[in-house]
Amino acid sequence: MKQSFKLAGLAALMMSVSAIPAMAQEKIKVGVIVSLSGAGAVLGQQARDGFNLAVKDLGGKMGGKDVEVIVVDDELKPDVAVTKVKGLLERDKVDFVVGPIFSNILGAIHKPVTENKTFLISPNAGPSSYAGKECNPYFYVTSYQNDQIHQILGNVAQKRGYKKIYLMTPNYQAGKDFVAGVKMDFKGEILEESFIPLGTLDFQAELSKIASMKPDAVLTFMPGGMGVNLVKQYKQAGLLDRIPFLSTFTVDESTLPAQQDAAIGMFGGSNWAPTLDTPQNKKFVAEYEKAYNSVPATYAFQSYDAAMLINSAVVAVKGDLSDKAKVAAAMKKADFPSIRGGFKFSNNGYPVQDFFLTKVAKRADGKFQTEIVEKVFSNYGDRYAKDCAAQ
Amino acid sequence: MTLTLALVQILNGLQFGLILFLIAAGLTLVFGVMDFINLAHGVQYMVGAYLVAAFTAMTGSFVAGLALALPAALIFGLLLEVLIFRHLYDRDHLDQVLATFGVIIFLNQAVKYIWGAAPLNVSIPDALSGAVEITDGMLYPVWRLVIIAVGLAVGLALYLVVNKTKLGMLVRAGASNAAMVSALGVNIRLLFTIVFGVGAMLAGFAGAMVAPILSVEPGMGDNVLILAFVVIVIGGIGSIRGAFIAALLIGLVDTLGRFFAPTLLKLLLDPSAASQTGRAIAPMLIYILMAAVLFFRPSGLFPSKQ
Repeated sequence: MKQSFKLAGLAALMMSVSAIPAMAQEKIKVGVIVSLSGAGAVLGQQARDGFNLAVKDLGGKMGGKDVEVIVVDDELKPDVAVTKVKGLLERDKVDFVVGPIFSNILGAIHKPVTENKTFLISPNAGPSSYAGKECNPYFYVTSYQNDQIHQILGNVAQKRGYKKIYLMTPNYQAGKDFVAGVKMDFKGEILEESFIPLGTLDFQAELSKIASMKPDAVLTFMPGGMGVNLVKQYKQAGLLDRIPFLSTFTVDESTLPAQQDAAIGMFGGSNWAPTLDTPQNKKFVAEYEKAYNSVPATYAFQSYDAAMLINSAVVAVKGDLSDKAKVAAAMKKADFPSIRGGFKFSNNGYPVQDFFLTKVAKRADGKFQTEIVEKVFSNYGDRYAKDCAAQ
Repeated sequence: MTLTLALVQILNGLQFGLILFLIAAGLTLVFGVMDFINLAHGVQYMVGAYLVAAFTAMTGSFVAGLALALPAALIFGLLLEVLIFRHLYDRDHLDQVLATFGVIIFLNQAVKYIWGAAPLNVSIPDALSGAVEITDGMLYPVWRLVIIAVGLAVGLALYLVVNKTKLGMLVRAGASNAAMVSALGVNIRLLFTIVFGVGAMLAGFAGAMVAPILSVEPGMGDNVLILAFVVIVIGGIGSIRGAFIAALLIGLVDTLGRFFAPTLLKLLLDPSAASQTGRAIAPMLIYILMAAVLFFRPSGLFPSKQ
C-alpha cells in the first residue's frame, strides 16, 4: 500500500516536472555561451555584459514576451562547450543560442545547435568554414568574416606604400588565416613570416630581429595575453617610434587596461570603435561604461547587436517562434538599428558592413580606447558568400 | 650587423636564463633537501607578480611595491608551508603531486577572484623604462639589463650563503643526506621551513622582476614551472650551482635556437617553410638537451646526492 502511494507521488512529481518546460515556453529563452574563464575570460564577460545591456534596454521583453537569458561558460574547451550547449538545448529548451567568442568553440557547437533547428548567433567568431558551402539558415554572425579584419592591414600597408613588412603571428590555424588575409591586398616584400609558438610571452628575441631587419612596418595578429606582452615589450624595446605597428585583435578595449600607455599610437583593423559616430553607438558606449565601469570592445557591441537582431525577428513574427522558416526569413532581414549604422546580411548570414583602420588613444578621463582613423572598406561582404547556395 | 644581433640574442638568452634560475633555485633546494615535489612553486612566481602589481598600485612606486612584495611573498610561502606542505613531507610523491596540484588550481582561481581575469599592468620607474642603443638601430631595453644584473647578484649571494656559511653547510648536508643531518641533532624541520620560505621568496622575486615586461595574469606560473623542472633535472637536484648553469644553458639554447634554427634551415628549405619548421624545432631543443644530459649523466650535471 505504502509502496503504491510512493509510486503515485513519484508519478505526480514527474508530471509536474514535465509540465514546467511547456509553461516556460511562454517566455523567449536565450542561451548565451561564451568563455568566462581561462585566457578568453575578459572577452566573454564583455559579450555577456553587452547582451544583458541590450535586454535591459528592451525592458526585459521581446515582442511582448518576457526574455530569459541563461549564461553558461564554455571554459574555452570544445568538449565542455558541447556538453553545456546540449544542456541549453535539451534541458533549458532555448529558442536562440548566442555565442561563442572563439572559432574552435564554434566548430564544436555549430552542428549540435543547427541540427536541433535552433538559431545560433555568433557575436564574434566568424570563420570561413560556415561562410561558403557549409552556410546554414540557422546560423548568423553579427561580427565579420575573420579574413576581412586581417585584409584591412594588408590593404593599408599597400596603400601607404610600404615596401617590406614583417609578419608575426601565433603558429595555429588563425595565424595562417592572418597571413593569407594580409597577402590578399599587400603586394610588396614580406621579410619574414614569423610563426610563434602559441602561448609565447617573451618576444625579446623576435624584437631584436625586427630591429636589425628594419622593416617599413610590423603587421601582427597576437590575441589576448600574448598581445599584452608583445605591445609592452615593443614599446620598451624602443621600436614604437621607429617602426609602425599594425595589428588585429591585439590592441582593443579588452587588452588596453593592461597595455595602457605602451599601446598609444598603435594601429588596428576593426568594424567599429567606441568613437564611431552614430546616435545608437553614443548611447550604447555611455550606458555600457556606466553599467560596467569599463570601455566596451567589439565583443560587447556585437553581442548587443545580436540581442537586437533576435528582438527584430521575434517582433516580426509577433512572438510566435513555431514557424522556423518565417523566423529565419525575419532574421535575414536584419531589420534593426545596428550600433554600427549600416548593416545587412549577405546570403550566408555573415554581415555586409564598413571596415576601419583604428588607432589607440588616451581619453581625457585617463581611460584608453581605439579611435577611427579612416574607412578602409565600404559595404564590404566576404568572398565566401558566392559559394553559399542560400539566396 | 649580424654579429651585433647575435650578441643581443645572447643577452636575451642570459636574461631568460637568469629568471629561470631565480625560480629554479628554490625548487631545487625544496626538492633536494626535503625530497618534496612542489608543483605549486610556479604559483608562487605568479603570486610574487600579483603582489608587486598590487603594492605598486597602492604606493605609486615600483621600488616601494617591490620592497613590500618581497616580505609578503616570504610570509605567503611560510604560510603555505605551515598550513599545507608540512603535512605532506612524509607522504609519497604521488600524494605531494596531487596536493600541490590542488594548490595550483585553488590559487589560480583565487587571484582571478581577487584581481579579475584581465591581465594587470605594472609600470617601472621612468629612469629604467627606456632602451639603450647598442649600435646603430639596435636598441636594448634597460629593464632587461637590470634583470641580468640583479639575477647575477642573487646568484652570487646564494653561492656565498650556500658555500660559506653554517646555514649553507646544513642545507648542503641536508641535500645529500637529510636523515643523517637530523640524527646529528639539527632541527631539520626548522631548516626545511627556512629553505622553503627563501625558495618561495626567490620565485616571488622572479615574478616581481618580470611583472613589468610580461602580463600579470592567472596561470602565468604554469608554463615556467615545466621549464624550472627541466632546469633542476639537468642541473642535478639539490644543487644551486647546477641550477645556475642549467638555467643559463636552457635560456641560451632556447633563445639562440629560435634565432638560428630558421636561419640555418633557410639554406635547405624555402623561407616560409624554413621559418615554420625552424620555430617548431626550436622549442624542442631544450627537451633534446635534457634527454641527452639524462642519458650521459642520469643524476644531472652536478648531483648533490652521492
